[in-house]
Parts: sequence; C-alpha cells; structure tokens
Amino acid sequence: MSSPDFKQRIIDAISNPTLTGALGRFSVAYRTARAKAYEETDFEAVRDQIATIKSASADHFDEVAGRFQQAAEARGTKVFRTSDPQAVKDYILNLSRERGVKSIVKSKSMASEEIHLNQYLIDAGIAVQETDLGEWIIALAGQTPSHMVLPAIHMTKEEVADVFSNKVEEGQMPDIPKLVKFARAKLRPVFLGADMGISGANIAVAETGSIVIVTNEGNARLVTTLPKIHVAIVGLEKLVEKFQDIAPILTALPKSATAQLMTSYVSIISGPAPNTDGSPKELHIILMDNRRNDMAHDPKFKQALQCIRCASCLNVCPVFRLVGGHVFGKIYTGGIGTILTAWFDALKQSDEIQSLCIQCGNCNEVCPSKIDIAGLILELRRRLAVEQGQPLIQKAIFSVVNNRRVFHSMLRAASIGQAPFAREGYIRHLPLFLSDLTKSRSLPAIAAEPFRDRIKKIKQPKCAERAAFYGGCLVDFAYPEMGEALVKVLNKAGIEVTFPEGQTCCGAPARYSGAYEVAAQNAADNIQALLAEDVKYVVSACPTCTVALKQDFADSLDAVGRKNEVDTANKLAAKVIDFTSLVEQLVQAGRLKFKAGTPPVKFTYHDSCHYKRTLHADQSPRRLMQQAGHELVEMEEHDMCCGMGGSYTLKMPEISAPILERKLVNIENTGAPLLLIDCPGCVMQIRGGLDKRGSHVQVQHSVERLAECIE
Amino acid sequence: MNSVLQSSPLIDKFKLRLEAVGGRFEHVSGKEEALALVLDLLRQEGVADTAEDAAVWADGSLLTAENKERLAAAVPGIRFDVTRAQVAKAKVGISQLEWGLANTGTLVQAADAVDTRLVSSLPMLHIALAPTAGVLPDLPAVLEKVHPEKAAYLAFITGPSRTSDIERVLTIGVHGPERLIVILVDELEVAL
Ligand code: SF4
Ligand code: SF4
Repeated sequence: MSSPDFKQRIIDAISNPTLTGALGRFSVAYRTARAKAYEETDFEAVRDQIATIKSASADHFDEVAGRFQQAAEARGTKVFRTSDPQAVKDYILNLSRERGVKSIVKSKSMASEEIHLNQYLIDAGIAVQETDLGEWIIALAGQTPSHMVLPAIHMTKEEVADVFSNKVEEGQMPDIPKLVKFARAKLRPVFLGADMGISGANIAVAETGSIVIVTNEGNARLVTTLPKIHVAIVGLEKLVEKFQDIAPILTALPKSATAQLMTSYVSIISGPAPNTDGSPKELHIILMDNRRNDMAHDPKFKQALQCIRCASCLNVCPVFRLVGGHVFGKIYTGGIGTILTAWFDALKQSDEIQSLCIQCGNCNEVCPSKIDIAGLILELRRRLAVEQGQPLIQKAIFSVVNNRRVFHSMLRAASIGQAPFAREGYIRHLPLFLSDLTKSRSLPAIAAEPFRDRIKKIKQPKCAERAAFYGGCLVDFAYPEMGEALVKVLNKAGIEVTFPEGQTCCGAPARYSGAYEVAAQNAADNIQALLAEDVKYVVSACPTCTVALKQDFADSLDAVGRKNEVDTANKLAAKVIDFTSLVEQLVQAGRLKFKAGTPPVKFTYHDSCHYKRTLHADQSPRRLMQQAGHELVEMEEHDMCCGMGGSYTLKMPEISAPILERKLVNIENTGAPLLLIDCPGCVMQIRGGLDKRGSHVQVQHSVERLAECIE
Repeated sequence: MNSVLQSSPLIDKFKLRLEAVGGRFEHVSGKEEALALVLDLLRQEGVADTAEDAAVWADGSLLTAENKERLAAAVPGIRFDVTRAQVAKAKVGISQLEWGLANTGTLVQAADAVDTRLVSSLPMLHIALAPTAGVLPDLPAVLEKVHPEKAAYLAFITGPSRTSDIERVLTIGVHGPERLIVILVDELEVAL
C-alpha cells in the first residue's frame, strides 16, 4: 500500500512540468524513431536470439563465469568473482591503495551504482569522477538518475547551467552546445591525470574472455585507454557464451536504447592492450553476483536476467512518462527497475513502486530481451500479498464483488441514491469506495436489471450451434445493452446464446492486486459454470475477461498449487473467443453479412491493452468496420492505455487521470465523430471522460456498432 | 588520374549510413590520391607547426618512411611520433582502419596499438582511411573476420562523438571528435 509520502512524491512529479514535458515529448519521439531504427531488422527474430542466448547463460552462471575467467586470465586479465557487493568495493579500494591511485575516472556502470561504489571510494579519500555527461550532471547536482539511459532527462539546460556555475565555474550560460564543450574542457584534464579507469560492460563473452562497452560520447574509450589500470564491474547477467553472441545484442541495443543503428563507439576488450607509455595495461574484471544467481534459480524471475538495460520499457510506459525514475524505481527504474529493485535491494523495497504499474503490457511488446515485465511485476505483487497478507478493505471489496447479486444491488443502490445528479445516463458522483473514480470522468448508470435477468426475456431462435456468453461485471451490470447486441448478432449467424448463471467475477481485480487465492477460486467457480453447458464457444466482449478465461485461470490455479484443476482450465480456454474475432470468422464463413448502403462514418479506434497485446485481436475490428463501409482515422498513440487498468483508477487516481486526459485529446484531434473500442472498461473510462469534457464524440463498443451494421 | 572507383551497393549503403550519422564520406582509387586528399584537408583545416595546430598521424601501411618525409615536407605540423601529450593538444588525428560495416556506416579496427586509439579519440577532427575492400555487410560478418586472438582491443567507430544528455538535444563532440572524415581507398589492402 502506498504511504502518504509516496503519494506526495507522485503528485510532485506529475505537477513538475519540466519532468512530464521532457518525458512526454521523448516518449512520442522515441516511438517513431525506434520504429525507423528497426526498419531493416527482424525484431522478433533478434529478440528471440537474445532471449535464447541470455537464458542459456543464466541456466549455468557458475560454469559460464568459470569459462570467462579462464579465457580472460589466459590473456592476462585479472578476474575477481564475488557474490558480495562489499567485496567488490573492498577489492577496488585495496587495489587503489596498493597502486597509489588518487584519481579515478568512470564511464557509466549501473552495477557500480547498485553497490554505491562512488561514495565508498570518495569516503576513502579517492577522487572519483563520473564522465558520462548526464551522470556527471546529476552527480554534481547531488541527485540520482531519473532514467537508465538518459540520467538527467528531468533537468532543463537552465538547471544544468546553474549546476555548472555553482559547482564548477561561475557564469555558465544555458546554451547546450556550450555546456557540452564546457564539460569536454573540464573533464579532459581529469581523464589525462587519472590513475584508474572504472567502467561497466554491456556484454561479457565467456568463450574469449572479452567485454563489450558501448558509449556515444566516447568517454569509455578514454576511460579504458588513458589510465594505466582499468577495472570493469560486470554483473553476471552480462555473460554470453560465444563471441558471435555479441551480434544480436549489439544489433538491438542501440536501436532500442537510443533509436540509433549503432552506438558511436563500441570497444571489445579481450585482454590488456599496451598503455601510452608502452607498458601493458593492468586489466581487472569483477564479475559480480549480488543475487543474480538466486534470481537465476527462480523459475519465474530467471528471465529478468535477459535484460540488456536498453530502457525501452521505460520509454513506452504510460506511467513512467508521468512520474519519471525518481518515483518509479530506485537505481534501476521503470518496469524492469521495479523487478531489479525487488531482487538486488529487497522485495519490500519494491512494494510502492510495483503499485505504479497499470499492467498495460507496452513494455513487453518492445523489450528486445523478450521479458514478460508486466507479468513479473504481477508476480511481485502476488508475493508481496502473500508476505504481507491482504488488507482488510480489499478483503471486504472482494467478498462483495464475488457475490454477483449483492454486488449489483450495491452498485445499483449507489447509482439510484445519486439519481438527481444523473444526466444522460451518467452519474456525477458515486459514494463508497468508488468515489475517487469520478474526479476526472463520469460513471455509467447501473442498470436496474442486470443482463443475467434481461437475457431471459430475449426471444432467441432455436439453433444448432450454441455459445455461452461470459458477461463480466461491466456488461452484466452497467452495459446490458452490449450483451443484447451480442445476442442479436450471434443469433443472425445461427448461434444461440446462453448465460450460465453460475458465472462470477473473472478474478482479474483480485489477481491484479496480488490476491491469487481469491482469483483461483473465481477461476474454479467460472470453470465449473461454463463447462457445465454444452456449447461450441465461450464468448466474451471484455478483453480482460477473455484473457482471464483463456490464460489466467490456469495460471492462478497453478500459482496457488491447485494443479489438478489446470487441465479443466485449459479445456475451457480452448473454447474461449472474443466477440469481434468470432464475428470476423463468421463473416469470412459467409454466415454474417453487412447491410448494403450504410452511410459511411469516420471512426477512430482505441486499442485496449489486453485486446491488442495479449489477444492480438486489434486488426479484426478495424477490418470489419472498414468492410462495413466505415472510414478509419487512426489517432496518435492509438494503442496507449486509457488509464483504466481495472482498480488502478481507484488506487492511483493521480496517475490515471492525466493518462486519460492525453487519450481524450488524441481522440478529439482525429475529428472523427465515432470512437470504437472492444473493451467495456475502456468504454466506461473514455465515455465518462469525454462526457465530462462535454465532447460530442460517440463512444461505442464494437458489438454495438456491429449490431447496427450487420444485415 | 582517371581511374574508375570500385562501386557497389555495399559502398553506397556505407556512404548513406555514415552520412546519416554526421560523418563525411570520401572515396579515392589510389594511395597517392588518398595522401593528396589528406594533405588538402589538412591545409583547409589550417594545420601548422604548433602543438595546438598539429595533425598526429598514427602508424599504418600508408606511412612508409619515404611517404612520411614527403608528407611532413608538404604540410608542416604533421607529426608521426604519437605521444599522449602531443595528441592531447593536436587539432587533427589521422589513422588507418581495417573494416567498414555497410549497414551502420561503422569503421572497425584492431586497435591494440594505443596510438590509433589516441588519434581517433582526443582531437576534434578524425580523418580515417580504410580499404574499400574492407567494407563488409554487417556486424556478424566482421565478427567472423576478427578474433580476440588477434585483437585485444577492437574499436568500432560510427560517426562523431555525440550526446543527448541535456534536454535530449543531439550535440556532437563531447569526449571524442566533433567531426569524422572517412576516406575509402580502393588500392589499400585489407590487413589481417
Ligand atoms: S505494464 Fe505498462 S504500466 Fe506496467 S511497467 Fe509495463 S508499460 Fe509500465
Ligand atoms: S527489460 Fe527489456 S526493455 Fe527493459 S531495459 Fe531490459 S531489455 Fe530493455
């Protein structure tokens, strides 16, 4: 649970226009630039290669590290392996003392930040200089990095000029090229006078004992060339087995990190090269574990070791771009930072940070190492919930949510109680735990009669084929008309729709809060209800529910040890399909036709997170609507989360609101009078938001539009 | 001299990619032309016989004893004794590199000799000479050619030194050269 202090930091970050402006603009530019950088590269193939290579190393770190050591030592490198961060610091300090090192230059090394090396050496009386421009700026400013690749992205040139003027030399002007030249001029003598260079490494090759270091500024070349001693601190996860394994990583890293085809400078160092005075370089490589081996032995978290620290998961994250790395992370930031903090620091250190994740899945889509970042954050949430127990208030909410009749009456009571404030079907303010929801958007009125009762009154033709409809709370209670539209369309294709009464909450709210026991029970209840019917399909119009039925049921049951129920979960999963995909199949089979002469309407489409990134169904509605004669106008960031995220709106209204705001602007900018969506949750969020703005854009679920367009 | 330049889609791509990262592309046929071009460039840069205006030229196959003599006579200020102090002050660094990567506009060098690293890191302008035949399609191709057995320090250079650390504004010439001129020379042989 978030402390008031954490909430305050979120609010401070969101209300800092420099931060949100810089991160916001970057996220927009990054998206295009990244796509361009990958134009000639098969991203899927490369990320598969990276995942395979790195996962193979993590399978046997000790052995690979041993081979690295052997190969490197054979070439004259000194290798020190340790699992203890303190031992790393002692090693470097001892070496510095033995060699009389007074001044150290560093190129970027996150591993050194992880163990707070600089302060340790400075306390011991050694001058330590960060030479990466961004790192230098934040070190001078006494701050920590706000982004893994762009550490000073939160600062303006004016702030940088002030820092330089106050800490280095009076009178610096906020002129970027001049500030850069100033840094060059000031750091050059430090490079030339340094006794030791410390670097990180992006890759370590066991076969040859090589390390690979990439920088754009060229500082790593100087750090590894000018001082007579070079120490590289390398996390175990940097290990790969073969020299050729460098290729895919070096192909993806610059593209994902900075949208470059190649970083300006890459150094592959495979042993001591001569110093400037002809003596051989003294090269030390420290292979640091710090819980990486423990991580490798955790079947779920092992994949996080595939990370190549490109930070693209930060750049595409709707939350990160609002709050930045000072709130979202510690040394390592954003989605992956949350995971690494939990391991390198401590699980409970990730408690507040993990709650920032809205589970949109954007990060997974771009990760060049193919890490299920969103899934791992959820797993952290689950482990935290197990460790800390479920908060009472949450327990109370779930017990209501799981009893469908009670839940409906309660929502309905709330809805009617506020009837005087209702306008055009919306409620202005809801009491109870839902009150926070209404700050930035209106809520739907709760139907007097839930869909589970309304379907009984629909006259359906007797058909040979039957489908069970899984409603989910929103269709059942708030938008029964979507359910009616669904029945209408499927009936036309000769499919009769049943609504198994025993169905309950899909378990997503519990699962996304880490309450897996509750989610697993929801799964079991639903499986029983839905498999009891003799139907060909189990269809849903809510992507979150569809994902729950298709994937999460099995996973939740498995996670809580109810392994013998996983088979039936899979049996159910095989029948599950989302409504719009089913319609597309039926249209292709000639079982459904579009009305001729529908007046063409311009529409824009919002991609719901689960619909696009888990179900990959995002093109079906676009194709269908165009076949129906509608014209698609894509909005900017059409696949960016709308800020709903289930109960996220409740827990993080401060973040959800600006995410929604941005979505609404993008919708309105298209000028299209119609917005289609395949998720009732997004419909609720966006319809409510548009209503509150007094917008006239019509928001429909695809099911409603299809019911109008199909013959 | 009217010799025909070795052209290929690979070279075109290399040029395109090099220019896209802010490098300047030159292409000559013979070694003599290459040396003449370098001399021209050095004159344009105002290279002269003071520490600050000097050009330091790291050892390579083009620098035969005879050539060194001619070059030094042509442009006073060219230095072949590459010391750290010398390079730290100099205006221009010149070196020979072995390979190019067409799809990224990158130059690659087995840079064990510290001179070659110094002249390509410290001065504001780096003039890089490379054999046309050394241009390979991509990274995997060059990793096939070079093995750590033969190179303790393998250096890849793609355009000038750059940063976007302040307000994400691309700015060149941070810790390394601000300008990079690549001269592909057909007559140069690929050293292995
Ligand atoms: S799932 Fe979405 S919110 Fe969570 S870390 Fe990834 S991009 Fe950010
Ligand atoms: S988790 Fe993936 S996207 Fe994020 S930094 Fe690591 S490699 Fe990059």
